[in-house]
Amino acid sequence: MGVPSVLKLSSMRSDIRKNYDLYILFAPVLLYYIIFHYVPMYGLQIAFKNFIPSQGITGSPWIGWDHFERFFNLFNFRDLLKNTLGLSAYNIAVSFPIPVIVAFLINELGGNKFKKIVQTVTYAPHFISVVVLVGMLYTFLSPSTGIVNIVADRLGLEAINYMANPALFKTLYVLSEVWQHTGWASIIYLAALAGIDPQLHESAVMDGANKLRRIWHINLPGIAPTIIIMLILTVGRIMEVGFEKVLLMQNPLNQQTAEIISTYVYKIGILNAQYSFATAIDLFNNVINFTLLLTVNWIAKKYSEISLW
Amino acid sequence: MNNTNAIRIKSSFGDRIFDYVNILLLSILLLIVVLPLLFIVNASFSDPDEVLRGNVLLYPAGFTLEGYARVFVDPKVWQGYWNVAVYTVVGTAINLLMTIAGAYPLSRKDFRGGSLFMVLITFTMFFSGGMIPSFLLVKDLGLYNSMWAIVLPPAVGVWNLIIAKTYFQYSIPNELKEAAHIDGCNNIVFLLKIVIPLSLPILAVLGLFYGVGHWNNFMRALLYLSDENKYPLQIVLRQILLQNQISGASLDDITSAVERQKLSQLLRYSLIIVSSAPLLIVYPFLQRFFVKGMLIGAVKG
Repeated sequence: MGVPSVLKLSSMRSDIRKNYDLYILFAPVLLYYIIFHYVPMYGLQIAFKNFIPSQGITGSPWIGWDHFERFFNLFNFRDLLKNTLGLSAYNIAVSFPIPVIVAFLINELGGNKFKKIVQTVTYAPHFISVVVLVGMLYTFLSPSTGIVNIVADRLGLEAINYMANPALFKTLYVLSEVWQHTGWASIIYLAALAGIDPQLHESAVMDGANKLRRIWHINLPGIAPTIIIMLILTVGRIMEVGFEKVLLMQNPLNQQTAEIISTYVYKIGILNAQYSFATAIDLFNNVINFTLLLTVNWIAKKYSEISLW
Repeated sequence: MNNTNAIRIKSSFGDRIFDYVNILLLSILLLIVVLPLLFIVNASFSDPDEVLRGNVLLYPAGFTLEGYARVFVDPKVWQGYWNVAVYTVVGTAINLLMTIAGAYPLSRKDFRGGSLFMVLITFTMFFSGGMIPSFLLVKDLGLYNSMWAIVLPPAVGVWNLIIAKTYFQYSIPNELKEAAHIDGCNNIVFLLKIVIPLSLPILAVLGLFYGVGHWNNFMRALLYLSDENKYPLQIVLRQILLQNQISGASLDDITSAVERQKLSQLLRYSLIIVSSAPLLIVYPFLQRFFVKGMLIGAVKG
């Protein structure tokens, strides 16, 4: 314990004393995070218990891994896992790269009016609610009254009941996702592109590099860190793939491909009140998710020295 | 000399082609985004028969306001509208108060323990208790089936907290704080009299983010509300837009069924417009603020 550390300690004390009002101000926020985020994490223990509401979370008896075993032996376990991972992977493969490409294209427009229009219009669907978006899907794709089938009919094509077709569920999910969020998702890449040193482009032009080559050799490496961070965040949410939208898109005819883990948790837990079993399924989902996040982050750190923390 | 000239001409020719292709591609994108929206607006003002015949696409046909008239006759829509307005106002007010209360201390270097709190808070972005423990918590706290179940669980968003913290950190000069301290101004007074007035633009952006979130919220209402008369707009929308679609096929009287189907179709278009109208109207004016907010967050994230 030298003099400096004593000084440090006393300056810490004086900071806390001086700023006691900041701690009072911060207390409700801390309390909020403890109650609404950490208490539910404590509640995760019911995944290993036979939860009895009258005995509470702490008082219910432990039963070990029973709920997990039951889940793994469920007749539709494979389907749930396949649907969840399949939808997520499909969604990332399509809706992750498109905003990057769109950002490159918008960036090349320069500061004209067309650029403003493209941006304003493509950002707008982001603010439409999930319920309205799915409502639009059903309305457009209705076999009898939907505009898509009306136009198809005029062209002499058969009407297709898109929403009832299990084979089309994933594609409809992904394409509507692209339609709704591409513009908004490109903002972050546009910002990264704006930060690239214009001198790099000037000297590349001197060397005779055309726009495509400059996008490939300057812009892409320039925003690679942003792309990697966004990819880590996206993969880290792989199992969280849109509960609300999937639930709303489900109907009795597309269950086979449209049932994913989170919607199943909702049905088992909230609708059937099997709290412990549903929590175990959800925890399985969360753990896979978190593990993937850590893995991708670790890989990115190893190969590109970019990581979330 | 000749050589470099040739290259310049060649590359600028290539670039010109690139520019044309680029404008073409983005125009296609623009159409893909605009057409569905334009169609809904037009269909909501058109005779459903014309829509069925495929005559409505770029402009309305057989102009009518019947869809809108019918939307506003439905008391469920009014109730949902009123409820979501209340949840949005109360929820956003709580969001802003809590976000300021959290972000300001965290933005101060002399707030000891701040980085530890930050880790605790950020962790919740990546791991959570999930649906069932949160549901049980809401029940245990006695919030189930009340407005508080809708507005309290999302009281502070991590992302928005980081945006506010970053803004306070970089746009409130430290000298201001020191000067205020010398004048005997304590932290709370400084926050109220100086920090908040200087941060109104970012607070407006955050208010908008939170407000849109409340307006569009569906999941919490689905999980935490059981009384129909407390349902916000999105739940009512689901009932009309989605649940009719699947179950409303069997109707006895054929002629009236056809009429009903047509009208329900028109009503859907109008309802989509009515429910999204508040956002669609304010969006063009506020777009640059939304983008700004998103970018401030990205600097740190």
